[in-house]
Amino acid sequence: MSLLSARGLTYIYSQGMPTQHVAVDHLDFDIEQGEFVGIIGHTGSGKSTLVQMLNGLLKPTAGTIELDGVNIWSKPKEIRAIRFRVGLVFQYPEYQLFEETVAKDIAFGPTNMGLDAQQIENRVYDAAKFVDLKQELLEKSPFDLSGGEKRRAAIAGVIAMDPDILILDEPCAGLDPVGRDILLSQIYNYHKERGNTVILVSHSMEDVATVCDRVMVMNHAKLEMFDSAQNVFSRRDELSAMGLRVPQITSIVDSLIEAGFPLSKGVLTVDRAVMEITEFLKKEGRL
Amino acid sequence: MRDVTLGQYFPCDSVLHRLDPRLKIVSLIAFIALTFCTFNYASLGIVCAMVIAAVLLSRVPFKMYLKSLKVIIIIVVITSLLNLFYGQGEPIFEWWIFKVTWAGIHNAVFVCVRIVCLILFSSVLTFTTSPNDLTDALERLMKPLTIFHIKVHEIAMMMTIALRFVPTLLEETDKIMAAQKARGADMESGSLISRVKALIPVLVPLFVSSFRRAYELAVAMECRCYQGGKGRTRMKQLKLMKRDYISMAVSLLAIAGVVLCNIFLLSVR
Ligand SMILES: Nc1ncnc2c1ncn2[C@@H]1O[C@H](COP(=O)(O)OP(=O)(O)O)[C@@H](O)[C@H]1O
Ligand SMILES: [Mg+2]
Repeated sequence: MSLLSARGLTYIYSQGMPTQHVAVDHLDFDIEQGEFVGIIGHTGSGKSTLVQMLNGLLKPTAGTIELDGVNIWSKPKEIRAIRFRVGLVFQYPEYQLFEETVAKDIAFGPTNMGLDAQQIENRVYDAAKFVDLKQELLEKSPFDLSGGEKRRAAIAGVIAMDPDILILDEPCAGLDPVGRDILLSQIYNYHKERGNTVILVSHSMEDVATVCDRVMVMNHAKLEMFDSAQNVFSRRDELSAMGLRVPQITSIVDSLIEAGFPLSKGVLTVDRAVMEITEFLKKEGRL
Repeated sequence: MRDVTLGQYFPCDSVLHRLDPRLKIVSLIAFIALTFCTFNYASLGIVCAMVIAAVLLSRVPFKMYLKSLKVIIIIVVITSLLNLFYGQGEPIFEWWIFKVTWAGIHNAVFVCVRIVCLILFSSVLTFTTSPNDLTDALERLMKPLTIFHIKVHEIAMMMTIALRFVPTLLEETDKIMAAQKARGADMESGSLISRVKALIPVLVPLFVSSFRRAYELAVAMECRCYQGGKGRTRMKQLKLMKRDYISMAVSLLAIAGVVLCNIFLLSVR
């Protein structure tokens, strides 16, 4: 049994109105425990709508979502419990901060779960550690932090609920290159250490290629591909027809292959490309 | 959150959409006054005919009007019932503490029709006039007030900006509520106090982002050298056209009709 599975999942905005719009169209997929899944797709392809359904914020127009084999909408009154198990970090989450101190803001989720003071304190401490927020920052007002720190505080607020599945909607949007690399590695370490399932919505093919096991490709409300990152990024032409591209390093290596160099296809990271090329040069006796 | 129809612009192409907004505002005020100066069924009929004509001419789907009437249906029902049962004069029907008189029936009909006409007239104005045109027209109509040192342009600018940001704020509220719900905020159940408390996680970010937006807007306006209304010219010049004069004539005729009916026919109340 899969951890999370969707069948015929559909969402229609303003159904029955002249402005009716199908945002997610009959999706079927399964996500396993401990996977790191990426979701890519151009703007408006329905990624944010999809993830809001996965944690029960939007109720599907049709279709079902099962968490551990149980339909999440079987008991609508207890949908809050689902939101604690499937933590969702919205796009630009820093705009949701509201408490007097960062620590209190991170504690908002755990407090709503009804944990006791000691547990809450531990959760806040652990979550802050994952996103590398220093102890002295925790006592500051969230409005005095820098943009990147605010973002990390908001993510910690969701991690503190210790969800089985952590979903992040474009967590790196608007950060500088160094900031995004750091944030991405923090998310990756969280995934490795906790062994939790993580779903990452991203615009950056590089990010998705480096950290994700499997990649979902959304296009015009439909799920076009759901496969290992390597397989997905080896279908360059199909991706570019959807307005997506492959990681830069992948297209460089692909060009080298087309030029006649015997490298292996589907290289996703720079490290891997360096390895491939040095191996080739060694074999040729040029290194 | 997004179903606020009262006072919403409905873009489409009709004669009423193209009329001069100044004329529309003045006519609205005149018609509302007229609605409350109807003392017999003939004059009420003229007003109703005007409402129906306006609704039909606007080419806005009838569903939209029903939606704005839905908001006040309870008020209409309650006031009509009160009027129906507490009329003066000879009862024609009596039961328990209720007594229905002819005066009561007339009162109920007039109150009901007047409120409905009031709402429909205002809806025609807001459906057929974009918020920008509205504030623009208001600014010009209030221009004479500048001699009393009232800052007409500034007031109109504030109204334009406020109207501009209503949809933005609604969208933002939706987003923040969703984000807090994702962290387990419970806004639907609990006692009154706990529900008010549950608003804090929504209101604080909303205020913060409103101030941020206000600040950004101020900077953007200053970058374009905005400095108030003095010496400012307009991109859209308003000029009365033939259709405006025609509708003005029709309105005046209606007003004259109501006045004449009131003078020469018996008042029912
Ligand atoms: N609240 C809403 N009301 C109506 N339409 C919406 C709403 N939110 C999103 N949409 C529409 O649904 C589609 C999918 O949006 P979204 O899920 O945000 O896409 P993505 O996150 O991939 O950019 C878009 O075409 C968007 O215009
Ligand atoms: Mg999105």
